[in-house]
Amino acid sequence: MATKTESLTKETLLDWYHDIVLIRHFEDRCHHLYFEEKDPARKITGVYLHLATGSEATHVGAVKALGEDDHVITAYRDHGIAIARGVNPDRVMAEMMGKRTGTSGGKGGSMHLADRDLNFWGGYAIVGGHLPLAAGIALKEQYVKSGNAVLCFVGDGALNNGYFHETANMAQVWKLPIVFLVENNLVGMGTRIEESSGQTNPIKRAVGYGMKEGPSVDGQDVVEVYEAVKAELDWSRENGPVLMEARTYRFEGHGVSDKAFNAREDLKGELAIWEARDPINVLTARIKKKYKDVDETLAALDAEAVRIVDESVEYAVSSPAPDYNDLIANVYVGFEAGV
Amino acid sequence: MKNLSMRDALRAALHEEMVRDERVFIMGEEIGKWQGTHRVTRGFYEEFGAERVRDTPISEMAIAGVATGAAMAGLRPVAEMMTINFAFLAFDAIINHAAKIHYMFNGQITVPLVVRAATGWGNQATATHSHTPEPIWAHFPGLIVGCPSNAYDAKGMLKAAIRDDNPILFTEVIALYPKPSPIPDEEYLIPIGESAIKREGDDVTIVSYGRGVEWALEAAETLAKEDIQAEVVDIRWLRPLDMSKTLESFKKTNRCVVVEESLPHYSFGSEIAAQLQEAAFDYMDAPVKRVSALDVPLPYAREIELMALPNAAKVVQAVKEVL
Repeated sequence: MATKTESLTKETLLDWYHDIVLIRHFEDRCHHLYFEEKDPARKITGVYLHLATGSEATHVGAVKALGEDDHVITAYRDHGIAIARGVNPDRVMAEMMGKRTGTSGGKGGSMHLADRDLNFWGGYAIVGGHLPLAAGIALKEQYVKSGNAVLCFVGDGALNNGYFHETANMAQVWKLPIVFLVENNLVGMGTRIEESSGQTNPIKRAVGYGMKEGPSVDGQDVVEVYEAVKAELDWSRENGPVLMEARTYRFEGHGVSDKAFNAREDLKGELAIWEARDPINVLTARIKKKYKDVDETLAALDAEAVRIVDESVEYAVSSPAPDYNDLIANVYVGFEAGV
Repeated sequence: MKNLSMRDALRAALHEEMVRDERVFIMGEEIGKWQGTHRVTRGFYEEFGAERVRDTPISEMAIAGVATGAAMAGLRPVAEMMTINFAFLAFDAIINHAAKIHYMFNGQITVPLVVRAATGWGNQATATHSHTPEPIWAHFPGLIVGCPSNAYDAKGMLKAAIRDDNPILFTEVIALYPKPSPIPDEEYLIPIGESAIKREGDDVTIVSYGRGVEWALEAAETLAKEDIQAEVVDIRWLRPLDMSKTLESFKKTNRCVVVEESLPHYSFGSEIAAQLQEAAFDYMDAPVKRVSALDVPLPYAREIELMALPNAAKVVQAVKEVL
């Protein structure tokens, strides 16, 4: 795909670099706090923690393509998308630790971050379950003729679920303004795309619905992701849904329960190939090709990211846990729990 | 005041709310150009147009899920499942999403959604089309579940449901669609979570909802001829469950029969009986008796289909067993 980096300012590229390294440090810290932290008051606990490590360029590039009034929604690998959309990392880390100050008051956890004020509608944990929600949000925007669009991340594995079929079809019938961005990391939890999908090219699924076959982009290159998603969002505002793909990879396995995937001998070579295309390296190369003497600037952004993550941990650790009143709040609007 | 069938009362409720609030729209299978399988939405497509009366593909997961998303974003969808039997396909969208989102995100997002579904046994509709499964939906916190027993309640309950900010499963008993009630000309709402005494009596409390209320009232007339006065409580909303009128009545009668069109295990009757013994054990003069469908899938042949179902005579029999 032709790149148009000339139209992107240095400030923009550095801003994306900041977000990508921030997400990397945030995820690495989550990994550390889950597996290595000994102090129970500082540990991340629970059974689910799905890291975005390796997918940062896809998350940042796509989210930066959104307008302020556009919407984004995703599945359970949601930390990077939250941070890219501008959710305060303090509140994200507090949610990881199940604190009242978290994005979901400690009731959602890693998989259920959301920030309504930023039109970040959350992470969802039933595979495919968020797809019709995305279409419903798009329906609202079409209904009020706003011109706003929805970015819906969807994993390659979720394409085999009935939710995808029904949502894709309905979105096309109604020409809803939505971009389905397949975050194709080649694998469900452990089952590879060629073992689970009759059609291994995700974009070809669009044909069956009469939907626009969008581009397949290098998900490790934030600039390529940004430009393609921006173009497809703009197309969708007037014309209806698009199915597109970002080719990316998980550097840390499916989740904390998965210690085996990236240790598999048969995949060692594959991981090495993808690690060579680390989103941070790809963007660094782009920036250095265009601008001289940026080493200090990049190092400063990296240090800044570490500081933000440090602060988020202290914020989370010092925040109160939710209490009984929180436990029973917000079951209903206007009715008590337990009735 | 005029007599309207439950079908027409529901149509009037939907119509009034769509006229009142432009955010209200309806979506479902065959509800528009085809006028609705149960004709509740007859004439709506012509009056409101395709934007607000949305014919959908046969896609229950997406109907419930897309309606949930539209509700999250600020519209007030009324989604129709042609029958509750098909809503099983949408169980995840309704239970895991519509009912959980407000809590899961700590109140940031609300889901003002109504899912309407025709319920109840049809005439020889057979095993997969003969569910009255409100209790299993009412198992889950976050969802409101209502089922009216007559046209008057249906209108006031549906209007209240559409104005409420919670996700609501609103079921309509197919057999009650043609049955009329007097409907006032002026607007009225029936608050969510309010049960009602449908007949007063001192000897026994009969608790039910939906079609069961009709059998209870019919049984009460029969019993009255034998000088047995039954008090009939219509629960109306399975969630939030209002036990106040049932308890008040039970403390007077000390005997209770629960009538349900649905199945007996883990049921509406189980819940009412459990709550009564927890809250009013000292007032209990006899075991709480349940009149339910027989614990089998419903068959086709009329003779045995009817054997499996409750009716007024079975309610009369149950009342006599607790007196």
